[in-house]
Amino acid sequence: METLQPVLAAHPFFQNLEPEYLSLITGCASNVKFDAGTYLFREGEEAHHFYLIRQGKVGLEIFIPELGPVKVQTAGEGELVGWSWLVPPYEWHFDGQALELTRAIALDAKCLRSKCEEDHDLGYQLLKRFISILEQRLQATRLQLLDLYGTRT
Amino acid sequence: MEPAPDVVAIATVPPMNPVPCRIARSGDETGDTFTLELEPPSESGFSFRPGQFNMIYVHGVGEVPISISGDPHRTDSIVHTTRMVGLVTWGMKKHRRGDFLGIRGPYGTPWPMDVAEGNDVVIVAGGIGLAPLRPAIYDILARRDRFGKLVLLYGTRGPSDILYVRQLEEWRARFDFDVHVTVDRAIGPWKGNVGVVTTLIPKVRVDPENTIAMVCGPEVMMRFVAMDLLKLGIPEEKIFVSMERNMKCGIGLCGHCQFGPHFVCRDGPVFSYAAVRRLLGIREI
Repeated sequence: METLQPVLAAHPFFQNLEPEYLSLITGCASNVKFDAGTYLFREGEEAHHFYLIRQGKVGLEIFIPELGPVKVQTAGEGELVGWSWLVPPYEWHFDGQALELTRAIALDAKCLRSKCEEDHDLGYQLLKRFISILEQRLQATRLQLLDLYGTRT
Repeated sequence: MEPAPDVVAIATVPPMNPVPCRIARSGDETGDTFTLELEPPSESGFSFRPGQFNMIYVHGVGEVPISISGDPHRTDSIVHTTRMVGLVTWGMKKHRRGDFLGIRGPYGTPWPMDVAEGNDVVIVAGGIGLAPLRPAIYDILARRDRFGKLVLLYGTRGPSDILYVRQLEEWRARFDFDVHVTVDRAIGPWKGNVGVVTTLIPKVRVDPENTIAMVCGPEVMMRFVAMDLLKLGIPEEKIFVSMERNMKCGIGLCGHCQFGPHFVCRDGPVFSYAAVRRLLGIREI
C-alpha cells in the first residue's frame, strides 16, 4: 500500500529526516484539501493538527472589531502552518483561511505528541525543525513591527 | 534592442543651473505617491541610465533629488515617482499639466545593466523603492533575450500602497518574468502574499553564482534582504543596493550626502553591497 512517506520526505520541512522518524510521523499524517475561502481552523479552537502545504495558500487572520479580519501572514507551497499544537493549552491563536484551493498534509497533534513522548529523539528532531521556522517568523514579525514603509513623522 | 542610449545631461554647463521642463502628465499612484511626466527641451537630447536621479527644483520652494522611474529607451519624457514628504514634494504635487519644474541631471551611478547581461537577475523592492528599479526592468524587458531568469520581489505596507499596479499585472502575465508581491498586512479582500519581502527570498530559484541582485527600499530592509540573498548563495559583490542620503548639490561638491568615504550623489546612489556592507553596520554614519 502506498503511504504518505515519500510526500513527507519531499516536503522542505522534513528534508533529510531519517526514514525511521519519517515512518513514525507518517502514521499521524493524512491528505487534506480546502476549497478557496474555507477555514482550516478558527481562533480559540483546539489545535488538532498542523499542516504542510503542498499547493495553494493559507492566510492567517485575526478579527479586529470595526475593522474586520486582518491578514498578518500567508504561507504557501512548501511551507508550514501551525505550531499551537506544540504549546499548551493547544489552541489556535489565529484564523487560518485557504485563500485558494489548498492541498496539504495534516499531521495529527495528539498522535505526534504521544510519539514524541515515547521517543524523545523524534521529539528533538521535530523541535529543531520547528525552532528554525519560529526563528524565521519571529525575525519577519520584528521587521513587520518596524513598519519600514511608513512615513516618518 | 540595443542598450539604453548614452547618458546625456539636460544641462552640463553650468551644472547648478536647472533647466525648465514642462509637466506633460501628472497622476496619483497611491494615497501619498504620485508620478510626473516631464518634457525635456527638444534640443537637450536628455537620456539617462537606470538607477540615476535628477535634482528637481520647484521655483521659490527648493530642490530635491528624485530617482528617474521611466523607460531609459525613451528620450522624449522624464518620469519621476515620489512620495509627498516635504515642502518641495508637496510643491511638485500642486503643479499641473503645462506648469514648469527645473531639472538638473541625470546624476549618480546606475544599476549594473552591462554586468547583469547573461546572468539571472533578482530585483527586490520595498515601498517606493520600486520607482528607481523600474528603469532597470524596462531595460531588461527591452532586451529580454540577453538576460537569464528575471525575478521581482516587491513588498509594501498594504495593498493600497502598491505602485504601478496595472504594470505589475502585465509583467506577471508574462512567461519570462517571475513577479511576487507581498504586503506587511492586509485588510479586506487581498488574496496575495502577506509578510515582509524577505519571506519571499528563500523561494527564489536562480543560479546564485550567476545572479545579479538589485535592491532598493528602506535601508534596514536592504540590510536584511542582503543577508537573505547571501544565504541564497549570491556573492556580495553581485548584490547592488541604492543608498539614500541627504543630497543637496548632486555633483559631489557640498558634502551633505557623505557616507563614509563616499558621496552618495557622486559615487552612488547604486553601490555594490561589498562596498558598503561595513558602512551599513556603523551607526550615525
